[in-house]
Amino acid sequence: MIGLSHYLAVSASLFMLGVLGIFLNRKNVIIILMSIELMLLAVNINFIAFSAFLHQIHGQIFAMFVLTVAAGEAAIGLAILVIYFRNRGTIAVDSPDMMKG
Amino acid sequence: MTIAILAFYLFAGVLLAAAMLVITTKNPVHAVLWLIVCFFNAAGLFVLLGAEFLAMILLIVYVGAVAVLFLFVVMMLDIDFAVLRQGFAKNLPLGALVAGIILAEILFAVGNWTPGAGVAVYASVGAPPPGMTNTQWLGSQLYTRYLFVFQASGLILLTSMIGAIVLTYRRREGVKRQNIAVQVARTPATATHATRPAIGQGVDL
Repeated sequence: MIGLSHYLAVSASLFMLGVLGIFLNRKNVIIILMSIELMLLAVNINFIAFSAFLHQIHGQIFAMFVLTVAAGEAAIGLAILVIYFRNRGTIAVDSPDMMKG
Repeated sequence: MTIAILAFYLFAGVLLAAAMLVITTKNPVHAVLWLIVCFFNAAGLFVLLGAEFLAMILLIVYVGAVAVLFLFVVMMLDIDFAVLRQGFAKNLPLGALVAGIILAEILFAVGNWTPGAGVAVYASVGAPPPGMTNTQWLGSQLYTRYLFVFQASGLILLTSMIGAIVLTYRRREGVKRQNIAVQVARTPATATHATRPAIGQGVDL
């Protein structure tokens, strides 16, 4: 029988992969943004698993808000990425010292 | 019931394998495609948990909008990805250490967690109240109890839309644009002029 802990384990593993992705691809902003999406997806799985096993709807509602914020964050992040590329000609972020005032 | 258990392990396994490929693959286009595989399998898990509406929203919003946006940006920018992969092996030990610690901490916390007093954790997935679908149940709470939060999330989307447009808008030189106010304000007096040329003479325009 699949219980709450199974889903929480999957979610924890997915979150761990997201963190690992940020570490592995420290220069590539696109993959970093994708890793953030993975972590948000892990959070959503957590919310919905708790919602299902507590027999309540509130977790699903908050998962929807997380989805909203994730979509906005992806749009803004990619927009910043595009102007960063326009100014620098690369998206390597190991030394974004251009943002110094 | 066996089908449900098999489906869970199938979705979870493919989800984690695809997530692994997202962060390790060389080509970012392939990474976006593996991310789409991830979203599909997460949607499968949502369906198993009885959240059908959110599963479909995940497919529409993530696969239909966010992943395509990623794909556009990856393909539009002319980037040398080999340079960006430098330091991949160098960062691996530290990354694996931190990620392993985080995973161990989460599993430790989850393993020792017990629900507080008054919170009932059931053994099986819950169903909507009788006579309601999952979508109706979600809407009945979202538009009543969570109305203001819902409005605020709409404002967040509006802000992010304006932000994305302002960030990427570029005014180009030498492009002719339609100015509607000027067009509407034109009168015969400003737009035409009458001449009476003499015979054999041209007209200077």
